[in-house]
Amino acid sequence: MISFGPTEEQQVVREAMREFAEQVIRPIARECDEASVVPDAFLQQTWELGLTATQIPVAFGGGGEERSPVTNVLVLEELAFADAGLALAATAPSLFANAVLDHGTDEQKAAYLPLLAGERFHAASLALVEPGPLFDVLNLRTRAEPKGEGFVLSGHKSLVPLADRASHFLVLAHNGARDGFEGIEAFVVPRDAAGLVIGEPERNLGLRALPTHRLSLDRVEVSATDRLGGSAGFDARRLLAASRTALGAVLVGLSRAVLEYAIPYAKEREAFGEAIARKQAIAFTLSDMRIEVDAMRWLVWKAASLLEHGLDATRAAHLARQYCAREAMKIADNGVQVLGGHGFIREHPVEMWYRNARTLGVLEGSVTC
Amino acid sequence: MIDFVLTENDQKILDHVRQEALVCRRYARYYDEHEDEFAPDELPEATDFPPLMSLFAGRSDADTHMAVMSMLVSAGQTWGDYTVRMRRGKGGLGNAALRAAGTPEQVAKWEGLTLAMAITEPGCGSDPSQVQTTAVLDEATDEWVLNGEKIFVTTGCRCEGVVVWATLDRSAGRAGIKSFLVEKGAPGFEVTHKEKKLGIRADDTAAMVFRDCRIPRGNLLGGREEIPKESSGGFRGVMKTFNMTRPAVAAIGLGIAEAALDFTREQLREAGFEVEYGGSLHGQPAVVQRFHEIEGKYEAAMLTVLNAAWLSGQGLSNNLEASISKAKGGSAVREITQGCIEILGPMSVSREHLLEKWFRDVRITDIYEGTGQIQNLIIARDILGYDRTELK
Repeated sequence: MISFGPTEEQQVVREAMREFAEQVIRPIARECDEASVVPDAFLQQTWELGLTATQIPVAFGGGGEERSPVTNVLVLEELAFADAGLALAATAPSLFANAVLDHGTDEQKAAYLPLLAGERFHAASLALVEPGPLFDVLNLRTRAEPKGEGFVLSGHKSLVPLADRASHFLVLAHNGARDGFEGIEAFVVPRDAAGLVIGEPERNLGLRALPTHRLSLDRVEVSATDRLGGSAGFDARRLLAASRTALGAVLVGLSRAVLEYAIPYAKEREAFGEAIARKQAIAFTLSDMRIEVDAMRWLVWKAASLLEHGLDATRAAHLARQYCAREAMKIADNGVQVLGGHGFIREHPVEMWYRNARTLGVLEGSVTC
Repeated sequence: MIDFVLTENDQKILDHVRQEALVCRRYARYYDEHEDEFAPDELPEATDFPPLMSLFAGRSDADTHMAVMSMLVSAGQTWGDYTVRMRRGKGGLGNAALRAAGTPEQVAKWEGLTLAMAITEPGCGSDPSQVQTTAVLDEATDEWVLNGEKIFVTTGCRCEGVVVWATLDRSAGRAGIKSFLVEKGAPGFEVTHKEKKLGIRADDTAAMVFRDCRIPRGNLLGGREEIPKESSGGFRGVMKTFNMTRPAVAAIGLGIAEAALDFTREQLREAGFEVEYGGSLHGQPAVVQRFHEIEGKYEAAMLTVLNAAWLSGQGLSNNLEASISKAKGGSAVREITQGCIEILGPMSVSREHLLEKWFRDVRITDIYEGTGQIQNLIIARDILGYDRTELK
């Protein structure tokens, strides 16, 4: 049934997140960007909302709520409305948790989910992106070679969220045997694995509040039981679709932030004797933003709905992610333009959103739903 | 709940619409090239298809709301052809105006007629407050006397009556404008010609004149003869008619755009380019990248249409969202059909294929029922909290 109506429960969650984002995230967004840090206190405070733990089954210590990509994209939009970098930092453990939830064997669930269902913030992450130009998910350079019962992982990863504090990484690698999604494998690698080196913090254009690092894997040996999904492997389409859908949700939140900042500015700022918002050139720029924020959100909801039904969301997520990346960039770009010189000054958040939009648009595997 | 998966009942209806559309498409080129003829009210193949409405039996609250289904059905029909239908339904835009503005007696009297809506004149389109057609009351005979010229009247040739916008007093601006029901055959009312157009050529679009056209006093829709104060909102009431027609118009254009996308996908496949999803941008051939771009616009636009319709179905206000869907749909269908031709190259401008027709047919989407610019004006006023004096 086609419906755009969140459940009452989702409304409540959305309201709570909106409030949290406004009171806790937005006030520290600029200082975290400037200092390139995410405060531990913030991670703990956000952890207590239960973003990661609520959808982990009770048997593994979680809240036992139904796994809902739709609820998760609603949450992500609100968090990213306040700040995309902090939103990604706060939800990074879900990258690991949701992958194990969706694809893990019973043993893997029992081994790792309780870590992520506790009261104290616990970081675990996903290592997908690789350094070098033209990164392509379907052509990973990190290799997983069979050795005895297990595998040997070799390669380099970059933009790994929270790598400074993660206890475990889910490393995606190419099995060298098959093309496309079927060639993608995932392995749980503990932080102290022999051959794994965690690099210096990366210095990025945007999302500066989100700590990211490179990983070097020099013949890291993992066992067959570390392979996500065990002997059956895992559904890479679903994992990537969830990531792309979530990225879309973050871009929706960011775009809405730009719009809601630009509107009051344009109504207050005067030129030639009246508010610039009263000029069609500005007013229509804002109405175009408004149109696209809606369009982006519905694309994300559609992909999330398919994921929730357990259907193949590859196409929907691909289109949503591409569309959102393109439009968010345009919206952030126009946001800077509406503010003029003030859009370029770090006193206003719009320049930060402009950097974040460009950064988010090219990411993969940095957020999930 | 937020949900985007059709039920079996929904799918059954849309599958049926697709089957009908495939038949209608066989006639598409003929009526495009014979614009003086009208497509029949019922195709000979109709005997093989149960009436569409019969498929709506047995639906429940678990199925997609009718307001949303109506958009999907409209798009599904125009996927076949803009004009040709298995069975032509009665009714026109004027019927919506009658329901919105007519008194109960007027609705009862005329609802069975197919009514067109005549607003646009040679000198005014987007700004209907500038309507020059006049209506003067002849108290001696209790008749209204209409004088003026109307163009671009959809269903104008084949309708049984027209809802005509005319002014009681040009100096009163929009407040002086009333709508009148003029039945075919009224003295002084003449349909002068069928318009010759870029696209939707088979469609019934008429020009008409009113020369001392006399109609009964009771034909003023709503019955209020006085000129209200500017702020009475009567004009806005008439404009509310558009809250379901705007998404519908976008849906109609998007059905055609989807046909263009499907054709392009097929042609790409034959040429050895499979449109696939999931890889990175640079791993795709340029034509596939371009296809993804316009396909995304289709999806995005269609979802804004469904959202506007869903809100209406829930009884919620959708003034803003109706304009969003119309603005988005109007620009998307242009970009999509232009893009399809760009992707396929010279072969696609041949009249051997329907793509060039679809390219022409969709262009009206961003113009009628309020241009894209008018929609942007409505959206901008809404989000900025401005009235029409603050944002012109």
